[in-house]
Amino acid sequence: MIYSLCLLLILIGLYGVIVSRQTLKIVVSLLIMNHGVHLMLLLVGYRKNGSPPIVDPGTTIADFAAGAVDPLPQAMVLTSIVIGLGVLALMVALCVRLYERYGTFDVTEIRRLRG
Amino acid sequence: MIEVLALLILLTVIAAIITVLTSNLLHAVISVGAVGFLLAIVYLFLSAPDVAIVQIGVEVVSLVILIRATLGREVQKLKTVHAVVGVSFAVAFVAVIGLFGIQVFNAFPQFGIPVMQRFADAPSLVYLQSGLAETGAPNLVTAVLLDFRAWDTLGEATVLFCAALGAVAILRRNARINTDKNKEESS
Amino acid sequence: MSAPPRRLRDRGTGMSMTVKTVMRWLKGPILLFGIYMVLYGHITPGGGFGGGVVIASAFVLITLAAGQKEGLRIFPLGMASRLDSAGLLLFLVIGWLGTWWAGGYFFENYIPTAETARFSLFSGGIIPLGNLVLGLKVASALFLVFTVLTAFHITDELLGETEVQQRQEDKS
Repeated sequence: MIYSLCLLLILIGLYGVIVSRQTLKIVVSLLIMNHGVHLMLLLVGYRKNGSPPIVDPGTTIADFAAGAVDPLPQAMVLTSIVIGLGVLALMVALCVRLYERYGTFDVTEIRRLRG
Repeated sequence: MIEVLALLILLTVIAAIITVLTSNLLHAVISVGAVGFLLAIVYLFLSAPDVAIVQIGVEVVSLVILIRATLGREVQKLKTVHAVVGVSFAVAFVAVIGLFGIQVFNAFPQFGIPVMQRFADAPSLVYLQSGLAETGAPNLVTAVLLDFRAWDTLGEATVLFCAALGAVAILRRNARINTDKNKEESS
Repeated sequence: MSAPPRRLRDRGTGMSMTVKTVMRWLKGPILLFGIYMVLYGHITPGGGFGGGVVIASAFVLITLAAGQKEGLRIFPLGMASRLDSAGLLLFLVIGWLGTWWAGGYFFENYIPTAETARFSLFSGGIIPLGNLVLGLKVASALFLVFTVLTAFHITDELLGETEVQQRQEDKS
């Protein structure tokens, strides 16, 4: 059931990308898809009532390995979030440039005003 | 516990729906900020404090960037697609992708049982058992990031570098002025 | 074609007195928390990415509250781009030392951790070094991207590349 909610998040982003006509709205919809994928990766690695993957000085390694959540998806999502910010900045820069050139965010207007 | 998690993700989905359906660009940007901050709380519930911290910081910076890009420009009302054909085509496309997605998610393990428990020698299990002894770092996320899988981090650093480079190159003022001047001279 | 947008002028004064005072109180603790997260990233939650983002957000706060001039005085854009490149290169050098100096593979953890030194600041081999370099890189890259996207006029002087512009002037 939680997986279906996560899938819904990705599909909403996809719908926004298809339907919206303004460049910044498309960027925002891509951001939602990005969030959905991150959430899916973290949900796959979750252990029920699991502890964070940080070793406590008091516990033994066997106890820790039996109760901690998966550290691998967390590390990958960590890099992906920062990459997402870089790509978002690049997309917003392109949108701002298009706005300065054509005076609008509308994709259809920009297509009409070619040249 | 699971109910709280489901409720938080439901709130996230509602904020996402508002983002896509609203007609005002500024409202869309603010509700995508709500999506990001709710997801930070979800990550805390999923025992991922590292990811939650990074999510909050990144969300602050990206919201500032998006609001700056929206404000000061003529924010005209969004003209949503009125054509019934367009909307129905989009809904059909999303529905097909959703059917495929349901098939994929059915193949996933049950929620609460991580993938690493299905295999005896899964990499994540090895990281958990021998990460502290091999690297000496108690925070295993950092150990995976900078020791076991440092190649990925190197690639990530390169992507961030290229993205910053691209943003500076696109927005630099002098380049455009020079090309305009060149055009005038050549014409 | 519609008229081009009226360009807004940055007066460089920032926000009101209240915001500036609160910023003056908060910038130190935020910066300190970011540095703590970078240095202790291998023991507690945080690390290079989280700490770098927090350090960058401290500079974002200064820029937003006190105006762009003040933010660029504290952290010039040329320095940000140089630190960005230096962080990437240093990270490569840390990995390359594993093959060249320790004689192993790329990104080998060549500094061993003693059993008694666990859970202390000086442990984890190359992981604290990598955290430090990544924190530097992420903080400067994010501040660079933020300033470029919120600035009103990006010129070459802002980026600290005066020689390039002079060469272009000579050509014309």
